[in-house]
This record gives sequence, C-alpha cells and structure tokens, in this order.
Amino acid sequence: MLENAFSGSKKYWTWIIILLILIGIGTITFIYQMNTGLGITGMGRDVTWGFYIAQFTFLVGVAASAVMVVLPYYLHNYKEFGKITILGEFLAVGSVIMCMTFIFADMGQPLRMLNMFLYPTPHSLMFWDAMSLGGYLVLNVLISQVTLDAEKKGMHPPKWIKPIIILSIPWAVSIHTVTAFLYQGLAARPFWLSAIMAPRFLATAFSAGPALLILLCMMLRRTTKFDVGYQPIQKLAIIATYAMLLNVFFLLMEIFTALYSGIPGHAEHFKYLYFGLDGNYRLVPWMWLSTILAVVSLILLVTPKYRNNEKLLVIASASVFLSIWLDKGLGMVVTGFIPSTLGYVPDYWPTLPEVTISIGIYALGALIITVLYKIALSVRRQLKVS
Amino acid sequence: MSIDRRKFLAIAGGAAAIGIAGRRTLKVLAKNVISKPSATLAGKRWAMVIDLKKCRELPGCTKCIQACDYAHNIPDMGNSKDEIKWIWKEKFNHAFVEQENYFVPDDVKNNPAILFCNHCDNPPCTNVCPTQATWKREDGVVMMDWHRCIGCRYCMAACPYGSRSFNWRDPRPHIKQLNPDFPTRERGVVEKCNFCEERLSRGLLPACVEACPVKAMTFGNLEDPNSEIREILNKRFTIRRKPELGTQPEIYYII
Repeated sequence: MLENAFSGSKKYWTWIIILLILIGIGTITFIYQMNTGLGITGMGRDVTWGFYIAQFTFLVGVAASAVMVVLPYYLHNYKEFGKITILGEFLAVGSVIMCMTFIFADMGQPLRMLNMFLYPTPHSLMFWDAMSLGGYLVLNVLISQVTLDAEKKGMHPPKWIKPIIILSIPWAVSIHTVTAFLYQGLAARPFWLSAIMAPRFLATAFSAGPALLILLCMMLRRTTKFDVGYQPIQKLAIIATYAMLLNVFFLLMEIFTALYSGIPGHAEHFKYLYFGLDGNYRLVPWMWLSTILAVVSLILLVTPKYRNNEKLLVIASASVFLSIWLDKGLGMVVTGFIPSTLGYVPDYWPTLPEVTISIGIYALGALIITVLYKIALSVRRQLKVS
Repeated sequence: MSIDRRKFLAIAGGAAAIGIAGRRTLKVLAKNVISKPSATLAGKRWAMVIDLKKCRELPGCTKCIQACDYAHNIPDMGNSKDEIKWIWKEKFNHAFVEQENYFVPDDVKNNPAILFCNHCDNPPCTNVCPTQATWKREDGVVMMDWHRCIGCRYCMAACPYGSRSFNWRDPRPHIKQLNPDFPTRERGVVEKCNFCEERLSRGLLPACVEACPVKAMTFGNLEDPNSEIREILNKRFTIRRKPELGTQPEIYYII
C-alpha cells in the first residue's frame, strides 16, 4: 500500500517538500540542542518543563480523540462514520509519534531513554505513560492496517480485530488519564493537584480532536476529491460541542475552587494566568484570547443554525482547537511552576530554537498523517475505479 | 524499609492498580499495622538541625556553601536560569513559604536560612523517577545516579523544596576549582545535595557542618536516643519546611 505515497500531484509533492524542509531545520536545531544542552530553551532551574512537554500533553489529547470516531462506529454501529474512522486512527498514529518525539526532544540524555524499560519502575507515572502510549500506537497501527487491508480486498475485516478495536476505546481514555496523573499526583504543585485534571484533559481532547478532524475533512474535500459528506461532520461538531461545554464547565469549577477558597498556593497560579503576578503578565493576553475563542466557538457550536453552516463551522472548529491549544499547549504546564515552590515568579517563554524544534516535530507529524491519508484515499479511489 | 520489600513492591506494582498509588498506600497500611521498631534496634537515620540563631551571628558568611561547592565540583553558571546549587541561602519568606506571619522579628526576616535537600523520609522525587536513578538509602540519604538519569526532570517537578538542579549546559568549564576526589557531571542530568555520603562512608561529617565557624549545623543519627541531634530536638522547638505535605523532611530549623 505504501507505493501510493510515492505518486501524487504537484501540490502533494510541494507540500511534502515543505514538510521535509521544516523537519530538516528542526533536526539541525535538535543536533545543536544535543551539543549545547537544554540551556538553549527558555526552561531553567525554576521552570523545568516548558513548551515540549506542553505539546506532548496537548497531542496526547489529539491522539486519544480518535476514540470519538471509533466508539460511535464500532460500538453504536453509526455507519456514517465508516469513511472517517480510518482518518481518526491515522490522526492518532501521527499524534502519538509526535508525542514520543517531543518527549525525546525534552530529555537531557535522550540516548538513555531505554533506561525506562531496562529498569521498569511501576511507582513512576512516567513509566505507565510510556507503556500506555506505546500500546496505543501499536493498537492503532494494527487496527488501521488490518481494516484498510480488508477494505482494499473488498472484504470484511477479520473477526479477531473486533476485540482489539474495543480494547482501543478504554485504552484511548487511559492514555490521557495517565498523562493527567503525571501532573495531578504531585504534592509540590498545587496548580495541578486537582482531581478534575484527568476529566478536563479528556474534555479538551474530545473537543480539540474532533475539531481538528473536522478541519482535516474540510481540507481533504478541497484538496482531493474525497468528501466524507455532510452528516459525519455534523456529528463530529456535536461531539466537539458537548466536550467543549464540559471543558469550560470543568475550567470554571477549577477557577471557583481556587479563587473562592483563596488558598494562596492554589489561587496565585490562576492570578498569574489571567491577571498577572508580581509584574509578570506573560500569559495574560494569551489566556484571555483562549477565553474569547472558547466563547466564540461555543456560540457558534451551540446554535444549530450556525453549527449547520459549514463555513461557520470551520471558524468554530478552528476556535475550539486554538482555544484549547493556548490553554493546554501554552499555559497549563508552565503555570504549574509559576509561582515556584519557594514563592518566586520566574519567567518562561519558548526560545527560537525551542520553537524551531517544535515546528520540526509538528512537520514530522503532518508528514506522517499526510502520507497515511494519501494511502487511505488512494485505496478508496482504486476501489471505486475497479 | 528493606531492599526485599522494595523489590516486592516493584513486582507487586506490575499490576496497574497497585502500581499507581500502591507504594504510598502500602506504606500507610504498613505504618498502621506494624509498630515502629524501638530506636535502639533500628539502624541509622541521618538528619540535621540548623540553628539559624547561631547562623545569624555571622551575617554574610558563606563558608558552608563554599565548602560544598568545592567538595562537589558545583559549577558557577553565572545566571539564575542555568544555576546549579546544592546548598544555598534564602530569605525567610521564601525558605518557609507556608509561614504567612505578617510581623516577624527583623533579624529573622532579613537574614537568610540555609537550604538544601531535605532527605525526606517519604521523598516524592524518588517516587516519580522512571529509572530509579534517584532513591532513598537505608540510612535516609536520598541518592542520585548520574549515569542512569535520563534528564526527564520529573523529580524537579515533584520536589516541593526546589532542592534539585539540572545541568542545562556543560558544567565542567564553569567549575572554579576542581576537586579531583569527586566526580564532575555532564550536561543533561539532575543533581542535588547527597548529604556528603562520600564523607559519611569515611566517617567524616558533611562538609558544610565541618566548615561552619559557629557550629550552627548539627548532623547526627536520629535513631540513636543519646545522639546530640536527639538531645537538641528534645530541648529546642524546631520547624521543618512544608511538613503538611507528608514528605517528612529531615532537616530541622531553630528559628
């Protein structure tokens, strides 16, 4: 099937070459980071996790969101999703690979990563995160490969794959729960020490993921002749709507608990995020932008008239995605370190090399997803022709 | 806690349910079921009392820090972002962030406290390490293996005391005076105070304790009821940093 990735239009190849160039620049910057150390990033003694770990966290959500197409299709027999389950699964594959690459980029000694498996440590959540992410990647590669292969041969997928597909549903929930546990189990960081973190992670995942899938489907409709149709996109929009409502609801619960209780250790982080602390306003405009986008997206999504309009739905989906990215990919991780455990208000902003490496990793993900989508669509097109 | 128990827990943890919160839970259970062995039968439990009253007698003194920096090849990175520190000074309100008293005696407020790794009885840093590159020894010293550390910095996120440093850049060119008897580190690994375990094994006191001109630091075995440290703890009221987190820090302060 892979041969389909090597034949394409001029547009396809231009896109591939742009991605390869970005990956190349990212790789060169990463080599520079390997030789100089993580000191080239904005991270430091107080803010020890930054942009990389935030992107990892955000992308675990995107990966987990595949379950939002798999579950209706396989558990509820929602046939309309037949065309897009494979797109969801391939999106998950690309996202998990990006997650792993971001982790790799964030390690001080990336070549020692295998120590995690050489000395398995069940009391460390990072061990479980590695296990669940690795397992999820294997599941999705296997499922998409087997179902696409069956489709190519014009047959039903073999029976043995069904239980594996069912297994992938709770597994998707587990990857983001474990990722939340990574944070919410730390007594030292009151900002993350919240039981609602895992549910909120899932809510953000199940809104940002389907929103991205809507955008991807629209893009495919424009750039290729592949059209998933009106209904599946509307269904995805409804999923994103409910999940986004839950996300905002959970966020307000967090803010209420922190600010009404007034415990400084909890309240100060939210003050830093939304109002600035000790003259540090770094994230304030971004968090309010995230808030505005959340409100805009909800107005557009909740009102059926707007949601049913595909042009407005594009704006709504982009708003959901960006709102959650700002919240999770920019604010959530570093705010755990600001103020610090000693009550200082350190500053953090990603540096140019840090952003360049991150863009390279995103380009790698985009390349993987492009190639996988190309293969899936080619298989379908050949089916139609024959 | 014996090695066997740790091994047992590692195996038991193979089941996800136990693995996630299990170690803590088992510890709590163990505490309630098994009574603590009498002090005379127990082994060593290293701890330290720092008398800040004595420390304040010599404001501006940095003898303990200098001794540690030399003993452990601590580099001077020249900026706070890349800073490596094992022992350092911090103003009262930053050292004891949970102490929200508005009115504090001037000499307490304006003079720094000496901070370093608390060598907690229940260290959150060792709990989160995915490679067991940091662990608690039988005698309570929280150790680091710089050859195993993958530099994920999870321990730094978990430490409530800011006691851990990461080598953001190559530290070697920044070491002022090289101590050939102690290893240097490479970039990309975490490090912290080791309670001078290399000196303890030779029967010596930690370098900071030895260097203090006013004998403000008392190092000793908590399990020995006749030790000097126990005598001080029995007589003087001491506080610890963030005791409410349940980490059981083993550095005690006389304010």
